[in-house]
Amino acid sequence: MTRYSAFSLLREGLRSHRGWRPAWRKARPKPAYDAIIIGGGGHGLATAYYLAKNHGMSRVAVLERGWIGGGNTGRNTTAVRSNYFYPESVALYDLALRLYEGLSQELNYNVMLSQRGMLIAAHTPAQMEICARIANAMRLNGVDGELMGAEEALRRIPLLNQTADARYKCMGGIWQGRAGVARHDAVAWGYARGASDRGVDIIENCAVERLLIEGGRITGVETSLGTIRADRVGVAAAGATPGIVAEAGVRLPIHTYALQAFVSEPVKPCLDTVLLYLGTGTYVSQSDKGEMVFGGGLDRVPTHAQKGNLPAQEVVISGLLEMFPAFGQLKLLRQWAGVVDVVPDSSPVIGPVGPEGLFINCGWGTGGFKAIPAGGWLLAHLMAKGQHHEISRPFDLDRFARGRLIDEAAGAGISH
Amino acid sequence: MQIFTCPFCGPREETEFHFAAEAGKHRPEPAEEVSDADWADYLYLNDAPKGAAREVWVHATCGEFFVMTRDTVTREITDVTALPGRDG
Repeated sequence: MTRYSAFSLLREGLRSHRGWRPAWRKARPKPAYDAIIIGGGGHGLATAYYLAKNHGMSRVAVLERGWIGGGNTGRNTTAVRSNYFYPESVALYDLALRLYEGLSQELNYNVMLSQRGMLIAAHTPAQMEICARIANAMRLNGVDGELMGAEEALRRIPLLNQTADARYKCMGGIWQGRAGVARHDAVAWGYARGASDRGVDIIENCAVERLLIEGGRITGVETSLGTIRADRVGVAAAGATPGIVAEAGVRLPIHTYALQAFVSEPVKPCLDTVLLYLGTGTYVSQSDKGEMVFGGGLDRVPTHAQKGNLPAQEVVISGLLEMFPAFGQLKLLRQWAGVVDVVPDSSPVIGPVGPEGLFINCGWGTGGFKAIPAGGWLLAHLMAKGQHHEISRPFDLDRFARGRLIDEAAGAGISH
Repeated sequence: MQIFTCPFCGPREETEFHFAAEAGKHRPEPAEEVSDADWADYLYLNDAPKGAAREVWVHATCGEFFVMTRDTVTREITDVTALPGRDG
């Protein structure tokens, strides 16, 4: 593998960039592996990387039915943050954020992490009290969070609607300075490159048709490219997960919805934080290219189609214009949707399910991108050791029968 | 904007409707004999089918619940039926 550096950039620049090699190998499936990961998004690729790196397992295949990073990893609004409420969640999401902070160095691949801070903006004294409670909980849980007043919020985001007839005036809110954005494709590509370099086979255009189960344990998968054997299978396929594990008699607490996102035409820098408005449910940041990247709540119709509907678009876009009347002049460049796997307590499901050797990492709903390094780290731990990491234990499927839900509906900041 | 058909009110805009649950779930009884696992199954677990689906929806405007048969990929609606005991 060519190591990327200022020197390699200079060297290639001097020879017309003819020496660059593909960042990862296009592999064909072998008959058997030590472990198979279904789903070549960020979580699946990170799992493969950490299986190889942390646990010395390199006979690993990642099976992706389309192209890597083409699902929700390529469809999100790229925000990373750990401003959650419960200790279990903060431990999980802050593991992800800490890994993100070192990821470009770790992978020798620039994921363009920009810790520009994030404001969750409140509009009423009651909301400010809830914000104070969440900010205090964050601090008690050992992550950076503070209650920001209106004056400081408006100093940072001067374009916010401050007119007399504003429907939702900004009173301040929760500020997390370590939050920010990262380049979503680079996260998938960086993990793919790191995993491939350690011997992992990344197999694209390979759809899993069914799981092979013999005598109560997993023995492999039937795919569009033939049978592949392994006694450990991890599923990290977001909204496709319920359909894959149904074969093993496993049902999950998941409904699948479309979540839409939008980008505007690029403009000069005018918003240098990530902003979530509680009043409108719309969140927005400005990309390095200058586009406004924004999204909001879920479409209200359960679906497996990667396209959004018009009523949700109207809510999100009108929300943005309420927050920033000046953005009414912007043209939309693109709009798209991903299929997200929403769980009643807005927390992921990580753990063993069904037959021995089958593990899942799903249920991230609308917030999977920010958790990619942790999701990969924890699923790799499960697959290698056969038991939970202490951080993933509370997120096991058994929490629903035990009544130990981790209800982050408020902490997640989005109404889902 | 998709048009859904309420068995009682006729065709209306999708924003008037709310998804309630997957159809065919039966509340386990009697409560004192239901295990935690069965209760969790009833309360939380779903099939989230890709393709053909039978779901209970509510028409928020008239408040009636009904069963809608539709495709979760193409969005085609093939049937709406009032719940047993209710005539459309």
